[in-house]
Amino acid sequence: MSILSLNDITAGYGGDAPILHGVSLSLEPGEIVSIIGPNGAGKSTAMKAVFGMLDMRGGSVVLDDEDITGEAPEKVVARGVCFVPQTDNVFPNLSVEENLEMGAYILKGPIDEPLSHVYDLFPPLLEKRKQAAGTLSGGQRQMVAMGRALMLSPKVLMLDEPTAGLSPKYAQEIFDLVLRVNAAGTPVLMVEQNAKQALAISHRGYVLVDGHNRHEGTGKDLIADREVAEMFLGG
Amino acid sequence: MDQLYGYLNYAMFLMTMAGIYAVMALGLNLNWGVTGLFNVGVAGFFAIGAYTSAIFSTEETSKHIGGFELPIGVGLIAAMITSGIIAYFVGRICIRLRSDYLAIATIGIAEIFRLILKNEMWATNGTRGISNIPRPMEGLVQPFGPIAYMIMVFAIVAVIYWLMERGRNSPWGRVMMAIRDNELAARAAGKNVERLRIQAFVLGSMLMGLGGGLTAHFFKFVGPEATDPLLTTFILWVMLIVGGSGNNRGAILGCLIIWTLWSATEIVTSQATGDWATRIPFMRMFLIGLVLQIVLQKFPGGLLPEKLPEGRRKSNDDGG
Amino acid sequence: MGELLVFFNFYFVPGLVLGSIYALGAIGVSLVFGILRFAHFAHGDLMSVGAFIALAVVSTTGMDPLYAIPFAIVGTVAFTLGIDKVFYKPFRDKSTIVLVIASFGIALMLRSLILVSWGGEVQTYSVGIVRPLVFLDSIRIAERHIWIIGLTVILMLIVHWILTRTRTGKAMRAVSDSPELARLAGISTENVVKATWIIGGSLCACAGVFIGWDTQLQATMGWDLMLPIFAATILGGIGRPYGAMAGGLIIGMAEEISAYAWLGDGPLLSPGYKTGIAFAIMVLMLIWRPSGLFRGRVY
Repeated sequence: MSILSLNDITAGYGGDAPILHGVSLSLEPGEIVSIIGPNGAGKSTAMKAVFGMLDMRGGSVVLDDEDITGEAPEKVVARGVCFVPQTDNVFPNLSVEENLEMGAYILKGPIDEPLSHVYDLFPPLLEKRKQAAGTLSGGQRQMVAMGRALMLSPKVLMLDEPTAGLSPKYAQEIFDLVLRVNAAGTPVLMVEQNAKQALAISHRGYVLVDGHNRHEGTGKDLIADREVAEMFLGG
Repeated sequence: MDQLYGYLNYAMFLMTMAGIYAVMALGLNLNWGVTGLFNVGVAGFFAIGAYTSAIFSTEETSKHIGGFELPIGVGLIAAMITSGIIAYFVGRICIRLRSDYLAIATIGIAEIFRLILKNEMWATNGTRGISNIPRPMEGLVQPFGPIAYMIMVFAIVAVIYWLMERGRNSPWGRVMMAIRDNELAARAAGKNVERLRIQAFVLGSMLMGLGGGLTAHFFKFVGPEATDPLLTTFILWVMLIVGGSGNNRGAILGCLIIWTLWSATEIVTSQATGDWATRIPFMRMFLIGLVLQIVLQKFPGGLLPEKLPEGRRKSNDDGG
Repeated sequence: MGELLVFFNFYFVPGLVLGSIYALGAIGVSLVFGILRFAHFAHGDLMSVGAFIALAVVSTTGMDPLYAIPFAIVGTVAFTLGIDKVFYKPFRDKSTIVLVIASFGIALMLRSLILVSWGGEVQTYSVGIVRPLVFLDSIRIAERHIWIIGLTVILMLIVHWILTRTRTGKAMRAVSDSPELARLAGISTENVVKATWIIGGSLCACAGVFIGWDTQLQATMGWDLMLPIFAATILGGIGRPYGAMAGGLIIGMAEEISAYAWLGDGPLLSPGYKTGIAFAIMVLMLIWRPSGLFRGRVY
């Protein structure tokens, strides 16, 4: 039974034409799933559907057997789905530690445990915890962004293009972080432009084109698929 | 019979002032409704226009500069030109500013003008202001003098309305609205956004200067506090918002409605007696403010929402 | 030595006092700018409200304006939260301009309430001349100036403590950085907004009482400070409360010492043009460095 599933979603922004047409995808426990596709395919939009940030025309979003279609972001977060957006994903003027604290804002009790868990996952953050997040390097910032999202020990971690703008070497570092997070027990759903590297660490992947499901399969299968390779794994 | 006469006189006064405000509202509509410039410095250009026209047309006196005794028409034109020139320099500095920054800057500028007018006593007679400003056609037998002035103001409103409508529907007007709605696209299309905005700013401010000049001649007096500058600015904005910003007819309608409301409340509050007599008139300001809030919340487009020229759709606020 | 004393007594200390008042106003404006994202034109008139509430208390009980401050704070915060709920909240996610216009209207409405209640004449908290305290035989400082400066320092420290040590304060800074990310972290924007108004309103009340205490009260007292306060906010950097503190002090000081006879006999700048300084500084900043001294947001 999947942790998170998007079923036949047709949705868009406001009164405009829908961007997603009957898109379906799911995330099983323990998995890393990548959503890849050309620009404008609706990948990031699919993520926003989970957070009720779209005008839903059809379909549903189910988390752990509960229908959460159209619920406000705050509610979805409280249910245990944490999201790292592509841009503006840290609070630049807050320190590393303060960023993490904000991740746990809705927790009532003390946050020492989640905090030390995140520092264990990302040791460089412990060293820089008093530093303003905006002054960190791209890779470290991504750690803060993910760490912030992990403070609630979410059921699902969603990442929107975590390696955008990073060189292949740094991108690989980020993918290593994703692997680490997943190994510690969190299923990850991510949208990626770096299709090949993303699929290489993913259990499964979905290819979206023009707001439609196009391909689906295990990471390895998709990498090997000729059509997928032609589309954007070339080079 | 006397009472009727009194009412008619009052009605004329009301209509004349509404007309003067209409002139300024058309200017503000050009700034805000058409071009999207948040100009809160209305009072500044109003004052410049008023003083310029006064200085050009009054007699020689030791209290302030002037003594040119030129015809009022010249004074009014000078008022427009001076406002325009100053608006040009202000625009050069401020036009790039985003909306609320522009608001702060233009209010600051209005304040600076007021300070200069108050402090440079050799030129402006400071707080005592300039009096004995000639009024056109005042030599005529009552009541034809005020009637003539009112008709003159109406004529000016009609001409400016016609010009504004022509402008709005012209290629120039369409470019302005394109800039207002989507600056990036306009820039990408090669339009010199700054230059066009400055043009709109200057033209709008010229009309405010004209309004100031017309007021100066109407009251035969002008001073730095005479027309509570803040109230003038505020009432003008309320007029535009209530009537419908982006719509010239709406601007004029707004003037009529709000000025009538403003005057009607004066009639009511002037009946008060005793201790409250001096204080209750301030509730008029409160009422206008409240009207503004209600309109903003319930009728955001105003009474006559903007009618776009054919073939254009206003772009959505939330982009896809 | 005598000149130095004159400078200190009559220009420097008043500069600190004025600067403190500007700073208190600017912190609030900067916070509102950063968190609610609009220029709050009614901020000055909220200061007036605070001052006049204190006046009501002082004139009915005869107590020192200092002790009327808590009443002013409670009253002003109540007004502020009420105004937000009725007049600003409906526009929460709408364009900035509507909020600016609405706040412009609120400013006038508040002022008219004061005018109806007290009239347009000048008022004061106390009657009679108060002699300044004298230190070391030559430094003369009015007692109220010591209070004003001292309390301002304390208030700034409290604001600092709130912003850096409390969950709500950090959430305020987070929302100021990125409201979208704050939402995704589950931060309640409404709570943050309320906290902002409570802090802003309290500072307004204090600033209002201070200026009424230092000079006099008048319905337009708050509005007249809006230009220097906006200038201080821009100077310090939008959304930078610490910048606002610095900006306020700089502008207050600049205004007061501009009247000093730096060159020759008369004041460097005619006192009638004092407000012009704030304006000039502001325009300079907007042209040269719109993000302010402390690199706030420019949008």
